[in-house]
Amino acid sequence: MYAVRLWSVRHARGLNAFYRGFERCLSRMHGLFKSIGYARLERPVAAVERAVKGALFDCRMCGQCVLSSTGMSCPMNCPKTLRNGPCGGVRDNGNCEVKPDMKCVWVEAYRGSERIPGGVQAMSKVQFAVDQRQQGRSSWLRVVRELNPEPEAKPAPAKSAAAPGKTGGAP
Amino acid sequence: MRFEDEPVPGYPLPILPGHTSPGRFERVLRAGGFAVTTELAPPDSADPEDVYKRARVFDGYVDAINATDGSGANCHMSSIAVCALLTRVGYAPIMQISCRDKNRIAIQGDILGGAAMGVCNMLCLTGDGVQAGDHPQAKPVFDLDCVSLLDIARTLREDHRFQSGRKITFAPRVFFGAAENPSALPHAWRAQRLAKKVAAGAQFVQTQYCYDVPLLKAFMEQVEALGLLGKVFILAGVGPLRSAKTAEWMRKNVPGMHVPDALIARLAGAQDQAREGRNLCIDLIHEIREIRGISGVHIMAYRQEESVAEIVDRSAILQGRFPWFPGRDGAPIASQRTAS
Repeated sequence: MYAVRLWSVRHARGLNAFYRGFERCLSRMHGLFKSIGYARLERPVAAVERAVKGALFDCRMCGQCVLSSTGMSCPMNCPKTLRNGPCGGVRDNGNCEVKPDMKCVWVEAYRGSERIPGGVQAMSKVQFAVDQRQQGRSSWLRVVRELNPEPEAKPAPAKSAAAPGKTGGAP
Repeated sequence: MRFEDEPVPGYPLPILPGHTSPGRFERVLRAGGFAVTTELAPPDSADPEDVYKRARVFDGYVDAINATDGSGANCHMSSIAVCALLTRVGYAPIMQISCRDKNRIAIQGDILGGAAMGVCNMLCLTGDGVQAGDHPQAKPVFDLDCVSLLDIARTLREDHRFQSGRKITFAPRVFFGAAENPSALPHAWRAQRLAKKVAAGAQFVQTQYCYDVPLLKAFMEQVEALGLLGKVFILAGVGPLRSAKTAEWMRKNVPGMHVPDALIARLAGAQDQAREGRNLCIDLIHEIREIRGISGVHIMAYRQEESVAEIVDRSAILQGRFPWFPGRDGAPIASQRTAS
């Protein structure tokens, strides 16, 4: 919901701190997740993630969450799905070029980032092209697996495909 | 400035040390010239002569010509085709690539194809939303954004690879650029955004219209503070306003356009508003060229392209330079070709 989304940006600092803790807890559950099987967990976890983040951020489930780098303003709500900052069309009142009644997602992102320690720096990191195959999948599970790399896992393939998770951080 | 090896249409120039493209535009910038670029509005036609007619208006006044890519989300001849036509006779076009209409497969193909046809400069843009144009019912693509596009473009040139990692055998030798709008919100972050584009691969920048000089100055101070001045060439966007009424209209309807009230008042008070619009543009150019770090101007004169010559002439920004154009040195194109 639009109003909740704006609330989340106003509380970016708290939400980011909460997520950091949540991510640590999740990461510790890697063993459990593995024994159940990530493939089997994918659907239920994605459903929970969709419900929670959908309510808070109007999350679009791109599967490569970067909310910590965007001041808790989901960039996929930008009509152009920009992931690296606002376009040049932001209106003088800070609203979107495409949807005149909506606050620019990136003007909000900048506000939110200013509230998060190190947030503006995080927003200034280049986000590489999204992997459209991740659409609808859980970012949480992906992050847990990235935090607990398998020793026998294949090395990351292309730079652009591997980088988003590392530069982002996924509530 | 004249280079000893001026172009022969259809043949690439040698790439100078430290340059990435065989193009004239990069040469002018790297040689420290104050560059002048302009915009060609691609025709709603399949006649190549319509393209050449539009280009000839700028002969001798500009260093490079942008061919817009469905600007304002309106359908026209494609940028890559306009550029291919222009390179055939030796013009230095800047091909615009918008993320609105094509995904990464099509865009990477266009970068290779454009380079193969002699396009030396490409401007990586996000693109206007489809709602702004004549096909609001179209599907917006936006598979990439301008920054991820720059990253992919640079990967093609530097690493000789597609985004997928697959090798290419001959890399596109292209000077890549980006756009920026110093007048748009959030002002405090615009220079950072430019830094991101430079980090991703932007070598030159053409800005949106800069009618608010103090905003541009503040932006350039931030750009300097971020240490970007040696790393990217910045061309400020300018253009003549036809009348106070057009200015009002553009301010309201053109995305990201910011025109201060004082300028509109100046236009409204003039007898000949169109002439005053050109005067104002010349005054702006003189103010802008004094700003540290500005390497040139990008003159956008949509539907009054013939005024570019007057503006360049009267503002004397070329400082006696006479940019190359087909036939400048007297010899007809065909004989130049056989001469080499």
